[in-house]
Amino acid sequence: MTTAVALAAIACLAASGFAAAGARGLGAALADRIGAALVLAGAALGAFSAALALAGHGDQLVLRTSLPGGALVVGVDALSALFVLPVVVIAAVCSVYSLAYFPASAHPREASRLRVSYGLTSAGLLLVLVARHALVFLAGWEVMAIAAFFAITAEDRDPEVRDAGFLYLVCTRVSTLCLLALFALFWAATGSLELVPAPAGRIPVALESAIFVLALAGFGLKAGVVPLHVWLPSAHAAAPTHVSALLSGVLIKSGIYGLLRVVSLLPDTPLWWGESVLCVGVVSAVLGVAFALAQHDVKRLLAYHSIENIGIIAIGVGLALAARATGHTEIAVLALAGALLHVVNHALFKALLFLAAGAVTRATGSRSLDALGGVARAMPVTAFFFLVGAVAIVGLPPLNGFVSEFLIYSGLLRTVATDTGRTWLFAALSAPALALTGGLALACFAKVVGAVFLGEPRTAAARQALEAPASMLGAMSALAGLCVAIGLAPFLIAPALAAACSTVLSAPSGVLGAPLAALSRVNVGVLALCALAGVGLGLRVARGTRGASGTWDCGYAAPGPRMQYSASSFAQLLVRAFAFALWPRTHAPRLAAVFPAPDAFHSEVPDVVLDRVIQPATDALALALNRLRALQQGSIHAYLLYVWLALVTLLVATGVSD
Amino acid sequence: MTFADLAAALLVPVLFPPLLLGVIARTKARLSGRRGPPLLQPYFDLARLLRKGIVRSRTTTWVFFAGPVVGLVTALFAALIVPLGARGALVAFPGDLVAFAYLLALGRFFTIAAALDTGSAFEGMGAAREAAFSCLAEPAAFFALLVLVKLSGSLSLGEMLGPSLPALWTAGAPSLGLAAISLFVVLLAENCRIPFDDPNTHLELTMIHEVMALDHSGPPLALILYGSAVKLFAYGLLLVRMVTPLELGSTVAGVAASLAGLLALAILIGFVESVMARLRILRVPSLLVGAGLLSAFGVMLLVG
Repeated sequence: MTTAVALAAIACLAASGFAAAGARGLGAALADRIGAALVLAGAALGAFSAALALAGHGDQLVLRTSLPGGALVVGVDALSALFVLPVVVIAAVCSVYSLAYFPASAHPREASRLRVSYGLTSAGLLLVLVARHALVFLAGWEVMAIAAFFAITAEDRDPEVRDAGFLYLVCTRVSTLCLLALFALFWAATGSLELVPAPAGRIPVALESAIFVLALAGFGLKAGVVPLHVWLPSAHAAAPTHVSALLSGVLIKSGIYGLLRVVSLLPDTPLWWGESVLCVGVVSAVLGVAFALAQHDVKRLLAYHSIENIGIIAIGVGLALAARATGHTEIAVLALAGALLHVVNHALFKALLFLAAGAVTRATGSRSLDALGGVARAMPVTAFFFLVGAVAIVGLPPLNGFVSEFLIYSGLLRTVATDTGRTWLFAALSAPALALTGGLALACFAKVVGAVFLGEPRTAAARQALEAPASMLGAMSALAGLCVAIGLAPFLIAPALAAACSTVLSAPSGVLGAPLAALSRVNVGVLALCALAGVGLGLRVARGTRGASGTWDCGYAAPGPRMQYSASSFAQLLVRAFAFALWPRTHAPRLAAVFPAPDAFHSEVPDVVLDRVIQPATDALALALNRLRALQQGSIHAYLLYVWLALVTLLVATGVSD
Repeated sequence: MTFADLAAALLVPVLFPPLLLGVIARTKARLSGRRGPPLLQPYFDLARLLRKGIVRSRTTTWVFFAGPVVGLVTALFAALIVPLGARGALVAFPGDLVAFAYLLALGRFFTIAAALDTGSAFEGMGAAREAAFSCLAEPAAFFALLVLVKLSGSLSLGEMLGPSLPALWTAGAPSLGLAAISLFVVLLAENCRIPFDDPNTHLELTMIHEVMALDHSGPPLALILYGSAVKLFAYGLLLVRMVTPLELGSTVAGVAASLAGLLALAILIGFVESVMARLRILRVPSLLVGAGLLSAFGVMLLVG
């Protein structure tokens, strides 16, 4: 029944957009509501199915078809369920948010298309998660990838959006190519397209390694690990905000899910797999946050933070694989539970941050950090939710980000303490790297909170902003509430995490209980003490305020909003420290003569991998491929010759192989 | 844990920290040939500030007051995680050293946010420096703690710095020495002492921590000063416990040894502040990276 419910959820989600488009005749607002209601229904079904699977009632459905490749199998187990939960939560919340953010009345041209692609993206995503057969998996993967392209390019009148969409399309094609090769190799080795664990020793080592490398490349492209992240920043910036939240919150996690699923099919993994995932994770985490720090566009900045968080997840996954290979089961459970919890957590707080940032963009018309400021006074509720998301994403107590990062830290530290092989060195270098990532993320979100919400408004638009409507605030409050709940009572989800871990590891139970209970005490304690002290100070402030004045600007008589420390200046020290990786471009005014001409300072940090590696490489490739134009004669005789040559070549090739 | 242990673990982190500031000030005064303020002057200052009224900037929101509150609460909580004697700490669990670092980070986040809430360029500048330098200090601190983790095979500060500490020093004195030096540098940086920041400077342009509190007055300012004293206490206690591997049977003797060590540390900080000048801001990152490399070497020495 679990799987049947999941399939019903997929059907609801897929139908939501079409139903809304079909109901346009009834009025734009009603059509929007019908679409959102179907998404909510699908989400409820999906959540129910996931809950059943986590309670131990996971099952499978087999569809017998005449297709080559055997019967198609779908099923929900604990690992699927743990990824299904954030998908349905984020899909539902973002769909409610979009009622006010992207109403059909304001976007008559794009709304229907966006609703259809939004529903199909989430449906495809769920199909990927329940697939137990390579063909179903690839079908879901393709639906998700192509529908997401149309969702990203909803506002395709903007050339930047078209460019971002094209880049995304190319990357997702390459990713699918890797997955096709991966499943072909798996089929060659096991003779089956069904995704069931291969018996130990069945797959030759070289083939197994090839499968792993393909999985790392194909799923890494989707997850956006450095250096395969090039599509991610521009796609997130170009998409409508609720689509960015879906992309960043859950779509890129399909890469993590795929990697875990493939690894769970291969029982004996060599140590270097885990270690390479760990290294990829460290590089992604540190570089992702360093790039984020240098951004001026709030959505691009959040997108780079997704790369950082995927890196943190990859650190957990890599450590779990390494610990599985060396037989440290408890460490593997801690690390994998941390990674899985971070998957859920990142979905929650990143969607929250995107939605709050989208509300600010909607109210002020700007995504540029240096054009905002002081929004907390005009939009206090949105500001509060953004602050909650910021504390959560930086991994600070008492919220959920701290819990998952703590589990990963526990795995790393325990490896340092007990491992005697070479893995502890990897862990000993990863833990400080994770600390550095945390510090940089703190700096980055202090910058965003400060530049957008605090201080004086830098523009009239920021001064006159209106608070977001109730439906958008409601969507944000649901996510913020979940962030707080997981932070204060993490032990409630320990059984679900343990169940999901046991699909990848042969997990001993009860490893997670003690640390999560301890964390719960710390988080509750900190929150309670802060609340208590806050009330105390609040009363004292109410009683003892002797008046208000302007901010003390060290004697300067007329401080203005433009004199505030800008986001760029805030980040400058750190951007300079990371200049070796970021290659910032600055244009500084040159004061030449006695009366220098007016000039402006300008700085930007474009994506190094895209601009310096991929772009030159593809340009060179295009130039080389130009030579093939000689083959395009335009004469039918030449083409007939090519067909004949191809036929002969194939005949010869198959003849030789027989 | 007996009642005496509990009382000591609770009361010492609350009552003792301002004395450290008094000792530092007295040391600096003596070394420059002055008599200096009374040792208890920080307590008098706090009492006076708590009685005063508040003037707030019209630019600020509730975040402005959250900074002092969260800064103080997190510092106190972090201080409770570090063991006062060999008997262990009030808050102890495997991995508590991560909680120690992240609690202080939470305090830093809200302190920075409170500074940015005023919209002042000077406070923004101080906040940017605080954020940047602590980024670089954090890996150094983690490498130093990893030395303890590797040597002790434990994840809890209470066990690492507990009765087995003398054995750790015989097993890995060079690593622990490097880690201690690195931790001292981190302590100076995180608590904004010379050579990273000059708490007595008069020029807002060169300040870090002081400038972030420019607009706070009265009780909120008292919370900030008290919070920074507690933070100094927490870091200092960590360092002092690490470098004093003494086996003292009774609680009183253990606590007394730790407090004596802290006073010695305060005198050392006062000495450093008297003989050194503040570094140029742009030179600070290299010192912190150097400290990180030092403790990283400490970890590498434990290979094999």
